[in-house]
Amino acid sequence: MRTIALTVNGIRRELEVEPRQLLVYALREQLALTGTNIGCDTSSCGACTVHLDGESVKSCTLLAVQADGHEITTIEGLASNGDLHPMQQAFREQHALQCGYCTPGMIMAATSLLQEHPSPTEDEIRHGLEGNLCRCTGYQNIVKAVQAVAGAKVPA
Amino acid sequence: MSVAEPTTKVVGTRQLRKEDPELITGRGRYVDNISVPGMLWLGIVRSPYAHARINGVDTSRAKELDGVVAAYTAEELEFGAPLFMAWPINDQIKNPPHWPLAKDKARHVGDPVAVVVAESRALAADALERVDVDWEPLPVVTDVKAALADGAPVVHDEFGTNDAGSWSIEADSPVPSRGRTAPFFDDPDLVKIKEEYYLARLIPNAIEPRGVVVEPNVAMGEYVVYSSTQIPHILRTTLTITCGIPEAKLRVVAPDVGGGFGSKLEVYPEDAICLALAAKLNRPIKWIEERSENYVATRHGREMYQQIELAATRDGVLKAVRGNLTASMGAYLRLVSPGIPMLGAWLYHGCYECDAYDLEYTNVFTNQTYTDAYRGAGRPEATYAIERAMDALARELDMDPVELRRKNFIKNDKFPNYTIASGLTVDSANYEGTLEKCLEVLGYDELRADQKARRERGDGKLLGVGFSTWIEMCGLAPSRVLSALNYAAGGWDSAQIEFMPTGTVRVVTGVSPHGQGSATVFAQIVADQLGVEYDDVEVLHGDTQVSPLGMDTYGSRGVAVGGVALHNAGEQIIAKARTLAAHELECAEEDLEFEGGNFTVKGTDRSANIKALAFSSWTAHNLPDDMEPGLRASQLYDPPNFSWPNGAHCCVVEVDPDTGSVDIVRYIAVDDCGVQLNPMLVQGQVQGGVAQGIAEALFEEARYDEEGNLLTGTMTSYMIPGPPELPPYEIHDTVTPSPTNAMGVKGIGEAGTIAAPPAVINAVVDALSHLGVTNVERPATPERVWRAIQEARS
Repeated sequence: MRTIALTVNGIRRELEVEPRQLLVYALREQLALTGTNIGCDTSSCGACTVHLDGESVKSCTLLAVQADGHEITTIEGLASNGDLHPMQQAFREQHALQCGYCTPGMIMAATSLLQEHPSPTEDEIRHGLEGNLCRCTGYQNIVKAVQAVAGAKVPA
Repeated sequence: MSVAEPTTKVVGTRQLRKEDPELITGRGRYVDNISVPGMLWLGIVRSPYAHARINGVDTSRAKELDGVVAAYTAEELEFGAPLFMAWPINDQIKNPPHWPLAKDKARHVGDPVAVVVAESRALAADALERVDVDWEPLPVVTDVKAALADGAPVVHDEFGTNDAGSWSIEADSPVPSRGRTAPFFDDPDLVKIKEEYYLARLIPNAIEPRGVVVEPNVAMGEYVVYSSTQIPHILRTTLTITCGIPEAKLRVVAPDVGGGFGSKLEVYPEDAICLALAAKLNRPIKWIEERSENYVATRHGREMYQQIELAATRDGVLKAVRGNLTASMGAYLRLVSPGIPMLGAWLYHGCYECDAYDLEYTNVFTNQTYTDAYRGAGRPEATYAIERAMDALARELDMDPVELRRKNFIKNDKFPNYTIASGLTVDSANYEGTLEKCLEVLGYDELRADQKARRERGDGKLLGVGFSTWIEMCGLAPSRVLSALNYAAGGWDSAQIEFMPTGTVRVVTGVSPHGQGSATVFAQIVADQLGVEYDDVEVLHGDTQVSPLGMDTYGSRGVAVGGVALHNAGEQIIAKARTLAAHELECAEEDLEFEGGNFTVKGTDRSANIKALAFSSWTAHNLPDDMEPGLRASQLYDPPNFSWPNGAHCCVVEVDPDTGSVDIVRYIAVDDCGVQLNPMLVQGQVQGGVAQGIAEALFEEARYDEEGNLLTGTMTSYMIPGPPELPPYEIHDTVTPSPTNAMGVKGIGEAGTIAAPPAVINAVVDALSHLGVTNVERPATPERVWRAIQEARS
């Protein structure tokens, strides 16, 4: 077992982890942050996307020990002072989710995308989210939600 | 008396979802988020072979591992009955026993053969590596045509054949079709076409893998089964049959469910195994599917060979349609798999008139994962065949495909309740209207001109336009019809409404949504009907303890059956409240008008609000003599007919003749699902359905090698489209109310998946038709398209 220290949603945590433990299991099973979902074994679906030092990563692709000393933000840490993050609000307003399982990862990927490209084109949004799969929505309303947060005019 | 401000109507508006606040903040309650003290983890030993005799299973090395609590072979974990198969389509069906753990031989890669139980997820995974199975590999068959050939390996030895049984309109339909087709196909004056299509095997891929947690309540001898399922009620009944635990001791909970698309409309081995182990070990058991397991252990969909023949006059009047289908069942018959082709069996003549109709299908066993319902279930298959064949007939007759469709549509003045050629009765429709609207949005003539110009220039990308004017039957289903089709259960659903003393309303439904937004739309129904605020309506579902009666969610039945049950319960509430209002206001019931929550004595300002009446009914201080306290209602609704939505979809593609790549440049959907209670949710269903339909047409295909190994067993090898692969959709509608129910609603959950595949492939073929291409098998990958071009040119 290894002891790691990381900051998760602004709170410093110390954890005992097996060297083979994936970050997503440390978050879900040791810290009970179950908002980050697991959808595949191959880093394909993006349901487990979180922020590591402000950039989106797939938490099934990192070992927990690799997060030692870093800052992690999960979907549970996105709202501040009880106010939803604008991306969370936009997902609801644009009906960008149905079953909700991909949604936490999709929202984390989308917020990270806008940090890198504050005014993306539709094409840049679609390519920026290509690591995240949704089986319910067909993506159109997800794109609209990102456009809404970016301040672009959202087509009806 | 108390009078409240009338509430604002919410039905028909874009009401934001009640489901969302939890789901966007990471507070969803999916099965893998459930932990129970003392919980053990299940691991399943699965067959690495598609067909192999099990000569022995040795679990001793697994049991030696610290933290491993138990390990069992099929002989050591007994079940009272095989997993239940609910649709024996006729007396000739061959239904092999499907035990949760394979006993004698494994019949597909992923077939469960033994289990390990350990103190943690990781330990269970480690223990699986230490179970030794003595396998004797057997010959394998993975294609339905090969499986029917003489000398083919037999999946179930007891039958001596892989033919699982056949069904036909002529022999088995409870309603006659207009007539037999043979005379028309013998008529030399008619034009005939015969088309053959292969529908690739699909893997549903709900983003949430399956999972089960079973928690024994030791004191009560009861079990709580949490399962990622679309069908908690059906699961409870069928688990009783398999596990022998009394149904009254089972509570099944479908918590938040991360997508289903039919794949969670099932009673899986893991559901039964977890329950059996919880009973045997008296400990909570948890199993979470890995994606690699999901690819082989969660059911597949669609795979089918189709033959469809049309006979028509030379000026394009359709006279007869006949079809012959061969459907892959995979290794076992599952919950409803033998009847899946039947769900489309009356629809192979689409929304067109004809004089004669025949359809038959044969189900075939192979050494592959079992198939069953996948979004649309039978209806996408039918729509694909007829809509592709209509384009083929148009080419044969040198007619425009739009003109041929217009000429043969069932006309609007035939409705309501018109008996179509196959024999079923369609409630209402607007075939011409949806197509005309689609053409208007499209700018058809300009597109054809552009197509012609590109062809004449002979350079650049080719343009193709494809249509799908679709019809389906959904809102499953009238129980008497289901009985006539040899289905084992009914098709009704339930609703309860209860006014709380403090004026909020609790709704319980028997449908079990998993992304559709039923809680939102049901709250809209009740808010308007009873005149209460949308935010004051709470909708509960998916727990057999809270909602003891229900038939769950599939077949676009949420609103069309569950919603109508709810509306009927609301009428009962209003009737009782009216009686109480008349008592309190000292008037006759007929003198009361009910609007916006208030009962008002006509022509006066004397009024009683329904919330105040709810409180009065709870105190019961002053009720009419024969009235029970409380304001609640419970209704079961059995629909008198299916619901029959329709629409017209158009796909415009650009095909690069040098690479075979296909780009969708426009996708237009005009759908008619009757009255729309929440247009935002309707559009969401259409968009998601179209996405899955486009995926079938262009990207997705389960491929196997000759040994029966799934070659597309991960999300990296099975092509699920991401955001860049899918286009924006142009969504439009017409509204033709259903005459079957008071709300005029029809289902919409499967429409997009039913409509889209032929629109896309028709567009691809249309782009290449001047080269002589008449078919591109789906999915129309760049390689297939390129090869089709080369073959046509050579």
